[in-house]
Amino acid sequence: MDHISPVIWQFLVKWLTNFAVIPPEASKVAPQVDALLLFMTLVSLVGLVLVVLLVVTFSVLYRRERNPVATQIEGSTLLEATWTIIPLGLFLVMFVWGSVLYFRIYTPPPNAMQMYVVGKQWMWKVEHPGGQHEINSLHVPVNKPVELTLISQDVFHSFSLPAFRVKREAIPGRYTTVWFEATREGTYHLFCSQYCGTAHSAMIGQVVVMSQDDYKKWLASSTSGVSLAQNGERLFASLSCTACHNGTPTARGPNLAGVYGSTLTLANGQKVTVDDEYLRQAILNPSAHITQGYAPIMPTYQGQISEEGLFSLVEYIKNLNSNYRIQQTTTTTELAPAATAAAVGTKGMVKP
Amino acid sequence: MSSIVSLPDQTTARIPKKNYISNENGILSWLLTGDHKRIAILYLISITFFFFIGGALAGLIRLELLTPQSDLMAADTYNKVFSMHGIIMIFLFLVPSVPATLGNFLIPIMIGAKDLAFPKINLLSWYLYLVGGSMTLWAMISGGVDTGWTFTVPLSTHYLNTNVVTTGLAIFVAGFASIFTGLNFIVTIHRMRAPGMTWFKLPLFVWSNYAASILMVLGTPVLAITLVLVVLERTIGIGVFDPSKGGDPILFQHLFWFYSHPAVYIMILPGMGVISEIISTFSRKRVFGYSAVAFSSVAIAVFGFFVWEHHMFIMGVSNYSTLIFSLLTMLVAVPSAIKIFNWAFTLYKGSITFETPMLYAFGFMGLFTIGGLTGVYLGSSGTDIHLTETYFIVAHFHFVMVGGMLMAFLAGIHFWWPKMTGRMYPEKISQLAAVVTFIGFNFTFFPQFLLGMLGMPRRYAAYPPEFQVLNVFSTAGATILGVGYLLPMIYLVWSLKYGKIAGANPWQATGLEWQIQSPPLTENFIEIPVVTQEAYDYEWLDRQKEREVTQVG
Repeated sequence: MDHISPVIWQFLVKWLTNFAVIPPEASKVAPQVDALLLFMTLVSLVGLVLVVLLVVTFSVLYRRERNPVATQIEGSTLLEATWTIIPLGLFLVMFVWGSVLYFRIYTPPPNAMQMYVVGKQWMWKVEHPGGQHEINSLHVPVNKPVELTLISQDVFHSFSLPAFRVKREAIPGRYTTVWFEATREGTYHLFCSQYCGTAHSAMIGQVVVMSQDDYKKWLASSTSGVSLAQNGERLFASLSCTACHNGTPTARGPNLAGVYGSTLTLANGQKVTVDDEYLRQAILNPSAHITQGYAPIMPTYQGQISEEGLFSLVEYIKNLNSNYRIQQTTTTTELAPAATAAAVGTKGMVKP
Repeated sequence: MSSIVSLPDQTTARIPKKNYISNENGILSWLLTGDHKRIAILYLISITFFFFIGGALAGLIRLELLTPQSDLMAADTYNKVFSMHGIIMIFLFLVPSVPATLGNFLIPIMIGAKDLAFPKINLLSWYLYLVGGSMTLWAMISGGVDTGWTFTVPLSTHYLNTNVVTTGLAIFVAGFASIFTGLNFIVTIHRMRAPGMTWFKLPLFVWSNYAASILMVLGTPVLAITLVLVVLERTIGIGVFDPSKGGDPILFQHLFWFYSHPAVYIMILPGMGVISEIISTFSRKRVFGYSAVAFSSVAIAVFGFFVWEHHMFIMGVSNYSTLIFSLLTMLVAVPSAIKIFNWAFTLYKGSITFETPMLYAFGFMGLFTIGGLTGVYLGSSGTDIHLTETYFIVAHFHFVMVGGMLMAFLAGIHFWWPKMTGRMYPEKISQLAAVVTFIGFNFTFFPQFLLGMLGMPRRYAAYPPEFQVLNVFSTAGATILGVGYLLPMIYLVWSLKYGKIAGANPWQATGLEWQIQSPPLTENFIEIPVVTQEAYDYEWLDRQKEREVTQVG
């Protein structure tokens, strides 16, 4: 191959060995998405071939040399109805099929593992409930549904996992969720796919799918020692949430034990289901989220708690079943306020 | 290959002494003109200028992407380059491309009027375009802007320190140029049709520009409002889009796409009108199913307003609203399919010749079919999740906008060049240019579909090395495409002096514009025609010719 430049030769070899039109199918939904993509590609090919055939055939048959005089034709209702109804039918099939997949991808199963993701310029920070932190990587076990709750602390980002065929925008000011169930161990791309400024193309990482045993080992070896809920509990105390939300009969704020997932009636009569998003909004914008029967006295925590801190608080309240420990804390505070303040001041593991 | 071109005897033919170009002399006579044809020429020169700037930026993008690392330019520079490429190409080239040049030139003539309804507003529109264009250029050379053409908040309002305000205001001003053009067209088409020119005798080019004008008039103000809000947010922090002040960045997405989705129809509809004219002329046949093609333009315009949320399927909107918008997106795909098949069947039993405009039109049909069908991949919400924000979407809209619209624009420029200038372009080299453009285009953008399928995100200055091969293909194709665009620039300018004299109707076409001299008189018609014939009535044209022969003979 002397006459082919080595550079071109390398490209050709690369092309022939790495040619792929679809990334690995590494999640449960991936083959399902690919099936629809294949169907669409087949329909598109048939459509394209049909149009090209029509144009080429007519161009050959009715070129001026063969057919010097055109025959004027007004149109044909039957033909036009045909090419209105058949594409419409095919598009509707794609619509229904696509919508089924969409609902599947964005409706997490109730037993999914929870992980929290904060996007910021220009990195992904992942918080595991066990207190493991990761940056630009995500470790997940194989064959277990995983639900991600995403938020951005600055601009729009988008959490894209091509090998899983899922993607979700991380938006400032609100939670979004996505889930997947990895089916194949390996390391896959994690991209930020929404343009987010200077280092957008460097906001990439990897998702590592591990066997369930390896995953347990990884969890044990990477723990920070404080679970997300424990961090949340400390924040709850240090931000003095305990002063009102302590579940005592005279408390000025609603009881938070078991509140997650329940339906609340707000002061304006609106009924809401308490989920992650509601908790976040209630902390940042309390005056718009007053539970019926309580006075609007809670101050806003806007700008005082980081997104990771909010995730900790949400995770804490989510798992809060009794007020026993809160009441313990408040009693201690009343007994020795100075000591607690000092403890909070050191903030060893508290992430506000 | 036979040809329908019939030119006057070149030894005796002269460009008519009195025409819109020779009518007045001096630069001021152009800058202060109210003549729709002269304004069209002003627009043509300005958008060509911006097209080549945008094209040069596209070249830089492709060069940078030749290698996986960001080595030709820093990431920040790359971001500025693709932002400016998008802004210039969309707002300063594609949106005004066909309406402001060919539309401006032809709509009054096609309906048998002496000018547009508001000639001075028409001129004002060009000046606004020029102000917007100059501000954009100023923003570019005084440091650039790196918001992307989408101005996404809060990135554009809080996190960038580039010329966002200048650019936003530039687009705001340029938007009014487009509103005025649309307004002018709507009023003109409603009120100034010649006697006998009923709605269903209008050429399809007029129908499609009418549909696009409605979109311009109703859609562009929303973009203007959105950009003003971005500027206010950035300068005084009003907080409409800021969650910490009770605003919502998703609102920006809704407002922006409420304009920017219809905007793609503003760009493509006039192009479809061009294709209808050309396919009919070069197959000597009435467009198959005239009213279906006419109404499909209106249907696209109407449905086009109700599909914007398909740009936001992954942005945490309600699953049920996704359902509705996905369904409506599927519906808007149908009129485009109807048009493609109607054009194809116009060829049936025609008498077809293959001059350059027809070659471009064939290119349009193939590429627009691919562009349209891949749009369905993105309209179907389940597959959109995987494909959106990747190179798949880049390839899709380049197939529609470049493969479709730019092909249509070039088709139209070649088709009406003899009418606008009085001279023919050189046929052989322009056929070559059409073929080169088609090949180069496919080489450039087809690999990007594969890149998108593989998950490569758009707007990446650097990318994982496994994507390199396809990117090299794309860059190589862009080189060919560049040649395809430079050729017309050169030979069209050449033809201004050396082209053959075209005569009134070189294509033997039926439109009113072909029944008057080329280039036309300033007032278009010596007397306003009374229209009795249908659109694309070739038998009427033959009778006209016979009559002329007998009268002269």
